[in-house]
Amino acid sequence: MSEASEVSVAAEAGRIAVRKTYKLYIGGAFPRSESGRSYEVRASDGGFLANAALASRKDARDAVVAARKAFAGWSAATAYNRGQVLYRVAELLEGRRAQFADEVRLAAGLSAAAALAEVDAAVDRWVWYAGWSDKIAQVRGGSNPVAGPYFNFSVPEPSGVVAVLAPQDSTLLGLVSVIAPAVVSGNTAVVVASERYPLPAVTLSEVLATSDVPGGVVNVLTGRVAEVAPWLASHMDVNAIDLAGAPGALADDLAVAAAENLKRVVRLPAGDWSAEPGLERMFGFLETKTVWHPMGV
Amino acid sequence: MRFEYAPAPESRSIVTLRDSYGLFIGGDFVAGSSVFKTISPATEEVLAEVTHAGPEDVDRAVAAARQAYERIWSVMPGRERGKYLFRIGRLIQERSRELAVLETMDNGKPIRESRDVDVPLAAAHFFYHAGWADKLSYAGFGPSPRPLGVVGQVIPWNFPLLMLAWKIAPALACGNTVVLKPAETTPLTALLFAEICRQADLPPGVVNIVTGDGATGQAVVAHPGIDKVAFTGSTSVGKEIARSCAVSGKRLTLELGGKAANVVFDDAPADQAVEGIVNGIFFNQGHVCCAGSRLLVQESIADELLGALKRRMGTLRLGDPMDKNTDVGAINSRAQLDKILELTASGETEGAQRWSAPCPLPDRGFWFPPTVFTGVSQANRIAREEIFGPVLSVLTFRTPAEAVEKANNTPYGLSAGVWTEKGSLILWMASRLRAGVVWANTFNRFDPASPFGGYKESGFGREGGRHGLEAYLDVLGGGDV
Repeated sequence: MSEASEVSVAAEAGRIAVRKTYKLYIGGAFPRSESGRSYEVRASDGGFLANAALASRKDARDAVVAARKAFAGWSAATAYNRGQVLYRVAELLEGRRAQFADEVRLAAGLSAAAALAEVDAAVDRWVWYAGWSDKIAQVRGGSNPVAGPYFNFSVPEPSGVVAVLAPQDSTLLGLVSVIAPAVVSGNTAVVVASERYPLPAVTLSEVLATSDVPGGVVNVLTGRVAEVAPWLASHMDVNAIDLAGAPGALADDLAVAAAENLKRVVRLPAGDWSAEPGLERMFGFLETKTVWHPMGV
Repeated sequence: MRFEYAPAPESRSIVTLRDSYGLFIGGDFVAGSSVFKTISPATEEVLAEVTHAGPEDVDRAVAAARQAYERIWSVMPGRERGKYLFRIGRLIQERSRELAVLETMDNGKPIRESRDVDVPLAAAHFFYHAGWADKLSYAGFGPSPRPLGVVGQVIPWNFPLLMLAWKIAPALACGNTVVLKPAETTPLTALLFAEICRQADLPPGVVNIVTGDGATGQAVVAHPGIDKVAFTGSTSVGKEIARSCAVSGKRLTLELGGKAANVVFDDAPADQAVEGIVNGIFFNQGHVCCAGSRLLVQESIADELLGALKRRMGTLRLGDPMDKNTDVGAINSRAQLDKILELTASGETEGAQRWSAPCPLPDRGFWFPPTVFTGVSQANRIAREEIFGPVLSVLTFRTPAEAVEKANNTPYGLSAGVWTEKGSLILWMASRLRAGVVWANTFNRFDPASPFGGYKESGFGREGGRHGLEAYLDVLGGGDV
């Protein structure tokens, strides 16, 4: 066992640490992979950190079922309520800054200060998105001046269940930067965590589980993106997919598979996760609904 | 009661057909590799010979569009582009009768519809988008949104000129140039539109029109010189295009099929609801992607409503599309008629009860009487597949929740209708129906300011309104949302 495996808060001399089992997060519960498989997660220096669950096709399908089940309630919640729930996630993230900073530091090999800065940026990103929940409809929708005696308005609505392939190169900031824009507008998500950095994603799911986010709104799978993602891309009850975490050739294949039920495909150029996010990712999982009604006496 | 009407035919004399038409490339009509004939579906007479664009013709069209994009259109100030679009809008109005007559001849739709709906809306689309051309920086897509380049557009036969306007007006307003492929069975109004482009002195190459069949469309979509594809048509072809664009990285918007539910509650105003149901499914012979092809009627009023509906269907006048009293025109092609015949036969085989309006069908041409199926189950093909003809499938429900469940039980999500006097129920239904357009106490309304497009397998992207501009601007993800 290498030194890197000792999480600092537990590294007290003479005490054997109580280690955490890193599991999947599906429908508000923390199952192991139904396949019984796991894979070694190593620190940036090569030391053993933990065994993460190696999610299977069945796990992915279970996660889609959970996400679909949660969609009706989450999408029908008021925008104000969703904003409050997501803000509470940021509150709980803030309270676990030290734990996340440790995980980020060990996984990515950052300095303590750089790791903490990454965590802080992730918390701030979550707050930024939480505030969008009750602004999207006014920015994205409106009334339309049609040439006739009708009242006509357009509103944005969530696309449904979104498969989110979290970026491979980011521990926490990239992860929250792809989850929050999907769920803030009422979508539910099945997230495939970074293969190399799955542990912060599992810890994030513990935050989600203890905040007020209903079970199934966010589901987190850890494992091989090349194994799990094709099942999500071809799943007929998934409405959209974010390809952030898929390498180029795989992303092509996934986009082709996604055409089978015309999923909305978000495939944005890899950018700097610390930069202002823009609206494309949030808008990529929105539909526009236009309603007409006659006016008259 | 049956009214007798004297014939009131619109004169064809306003249209001067040429024997044969070339492709419109680089501002000129040019010859292509081979020709095909376009016929009137109401009489099966040959109207004209039209050029089939092969891959090398598509090459030329894309090259012309690229040159016009780089040298002229993308660098022209928006206010100047806008003036060309205003000109086109005016020219469509000036030649509206000619366009309406030609549309009815080539498509088979009633002159009343081409005259009162298709052509005026096409002109309105150019006017609406003309005004955007110099205001794009205020449209909410960043301070100076850029065009995408050369756009390949493939349009269907149900609203030939109107779909052309939906495609070309926003593309040009945003600074793109286009290669447009009209439907094989309805190329003539697009070719008349090419003449309008010449009258407008539109710079050569900004609009190119290549006629042909599915192979021509495929050549346009797959051409490496095309930056963005916009397609309106069937869901199966749309999926093929989505696969091709997934690999090529082209931007894509799709407006595909539908199986809209038209939901009638027991408190709905009966006469208006019946008119809305008739308009929803028999407008344009039901050749409408957003047609209200599934009638969901509350069980307590089903018998009464169906009685009124059949009485109303009995008064629909089917026949010569050029007659100004005609309500239901010709089916657009033999192939489409065969598809309708096959699906309606399956309806009877699967146990639904068929009733067709007792109207005589002309001897020549392609015709199908307004038809309603009752006793339809959700699993029946006529409740699941798009028939794209004057065929209504009727299902019943008891509670609003059941209506929502049944309405959304389809892979499509283009449109939906709700009929009730209760405002809160309308808004409750509207928020739960998974469809891009919801018509409440009305149906089949269209406007250039109103975004149109689907959820789920009905496609993605919007046409019309501020939202529609996004499909033709280089904003990240803009082609996909």
